[in-house]
Amino acid sequence: MSVIIFTEIDNGALKKSSLEAVYYGAEVAKMKGTTATVLAIGEASEAELAKAGNFGATKVLHANDARLATGNIQAYADVLASAVTQENAEVVILAKSSLGDAVAARVAGKLKAAIVSNVTELPDLSGGFKVTRSIYTGKAFATVEMKSDKKIIAIKKNAVSVVESGASAGVEVFTPALKDADFAVKVTGTHKASSTISLPEADIVVSAGRGLKGPENWGIVEDLANALGAATACSKPVSDLDWRPHHEHVGQTGIKVSPNLYIACGISGAIQHLAGVNSSKVIVVINKDPEAPFFKAADYGIVGDVFDILPRLTKAVKAL
Amino acid sequence: MKILVCVTSVPDTTAKISFTDGDTKFNKAGVTYITGPYDDYALSRAVELKEKLGGTVTVLNVGESDSEQVIRKCLAIGADDAIRVNCEPKDSYFTAVQIATIAAQENYDLILMGRESIDFNSGVVHGLVGEMLGIPSLSPVMKLEIEGTTAKMTREIEGGKEDIEASLPLVLGCQEPIAEWKIPNMRGIMTARTKPLRVVEPVGDDLTITEKFTLPAPKGACKMIPAENAEELIALLKNEAKVL
Repeated sequence: MSVIIFTEIDNGALKKSSLEAVYYGAEVAKMKGTTATVLAIGEASEAELAKAGNFGATKVLHANDARLATGNIQAYADVLASAVTQENAEVVILAKSSLGDAVAARVAGKLKAAIVSNVTELPDLSGGFKVTRSIYTGKAFATVEMKSDKKIIAIKKNAVSVVESGASAGVEVFTPALKDADFAVKVTGTHKASSTISLPEADIVVSAGRGLKGPENWGIVEDLANALGAATACSKPVSDLDWRPHHEHVGQTGIKVSPNLYIACGISGAIQHLAGVNSSKVIVVINKDPEAPFFKAADYGIVGDVFDILPRLTKAVKAL
Repeated sequence: MKILVCVTSVPDTTAKISFTDGDTKFNKAGVTYITGPYDDYALSRAVELKEKLGGTVTVLNVGESDSEQVIRKCLAIGADDAIRVNCEPKDSYFTAVQIATIAAQENYDLILMGRESIDFNSGVVHGLVGEMLGIPSLSPVMKLEIEGTTAKMTREIEGGKEDIEASLPLVLGCQEPIAEWKIPNMRGIMTARTKPLRVVEPVGDDLTITEKFTLPAPKGACKMIPAENAEELIALLKNEAKVL
C-alpha cells in the first residue's frame, strides 16, 4: 500500500510545487511504513527525475510517450490510475494546479476515492485518516476524515516545510496503454506570459492595485519584483480595467496564493482581495491611506506614496 | 442545445465566517446566501447560448430547501426549469454522484458549473462528473463558443491561457470573462415563480466526514515603518521575518 505523487514537468524540470508534494508524500509514506513513488509525465532527463529522491521518493515512474508531451487531462488521469493500480497505492498526493486538480478529480472518479483539496498540513493518522484543509477561501479550516480505501490529497503551497536529504531515486520507464479516446480534446494554441516566475509557485509576490494609477506605471512594481525574484500580481479592479492580464488577478475570484512574502502596493484590501492572499506567511502593505483596511491584515505597513517608496525599496534590496 | 447548469448556494463573499455546536456546524445566523459567483458566469453563458442557438437551460442544485431562493433567481435570469437534490452537498465525490445521476437521465450537450464553489473551493466536481459520465471535462474555461457540435474554448493555465477544441458533450467549469453577469428583470422574476422545480432525493454515500472547523489564529499587530525610513522594511524582512 504505497504512496504515489503526481508531479508536473515544466521545461524539462520537475515543478517546485511538485517537489513539495513529493516531500509531503514521502512523509505520509513514512507515517504508514511504506515507500513513496513519483509519477512524472513528459520529457525530462533521468538525472533530473532522480532528484525526486532528494525529496524522499524511492522510485520514479517516467511516462514519456510523445502523445503525453502536452498536459492532457484525460490521458494523464488514465496514466495516473494505471500507476496507482501497478503500485497498489493507497494515497495519491499532488500539488494544486490547473492541470493537477483536473487530473486528480478524474482519477478520484475512476477509483471511487475520497478527494480533499487545499490541504494545509500533514495528515493525522492516529485515528483514521484525517487531513486539515483550508475552506471559505482561507477564512477557516476543516478537519476531514477520509473513509474510502483510496485517498487523493491536493496540497496547498507551504503545506509542509521541505527538508532535502541528498538521496537519489531510481527511475523506471512507465508505458501504460493509452486510449485514443483520451486525445479527443485538442489544444490548438498556448499563450504564456514571458515572465519566468509563475504566480502560484512564487515564494515572493509583489502585487499592485489601482493606487498605481495606470498600466504605464507598472515598471516600478516589476523592478521591485525582479530585484526580489518575485512574481507580480494585481487586484481585481486592475484586471477588470485590463491594466494587467486576468491570470495575475489574486483574490476571491482570482488566483489564491500562499507565498512566504506578499507585498501589496496601492491596494486598499477589500475582503474579497484578502481572501486570496490571507494564507501568505508575511504580508507587507504600502498605501498612502492610513485607514486602508489592508493594514489590519498586514505584518508590516508603510503609509506612503508607492511612487516614492517602491523605487527606494528596490534600491535597498539590490544593496543587500 | 440542451444545457444543464449546476449552481451552489453559498455565503456572500463579505460574510463573516463562524461556527456553532462546538465548531461542528457553519453558523448561518445573519449570513446572506448568494449564487456562487463562478456559477453565475456559467448560468449567464448558458442563457446567452440558448438565446443564440435555441434549446433549454436546466438548473441543478444539490442543497437543502433553503437554497430555493437561489434557484428561483436562476430561473428569473433565464433558466427554463430546475432540479434540486434534497441534501447537504457533503463532499466533492458525493455531490458529483448526484449531478452525474441526474445528467445520465437526459442527453445534455453541455454541463456547466463554476470553476469552484466559494465555500469549499475544491474545484474538482466538474472533473468527477466528467469521469462518471465518460466525457471530457475542462476548467477553468474563460471563453466558450459553439459551432455545430464543436466547442471552441479558452482555458486559463498558470501564467497564461490555452485554446481548446472538443466535441460535445462536455463538462465545463467556468470563470470570468466567459459572460457578463445577467441581472433578473421584472418579467423574469414573475415567470420564475411558475417555472417547474423538481425535488429529488439523493443517492449513494459520502466518502468523508467533516469532524470540526477552526478559524485562523488572529493576526498580531501590524508593525508600522515611517515612510521616511522605508528602507528599514527590507532589513526587517531579512533579519526579523526571515523571508528574504
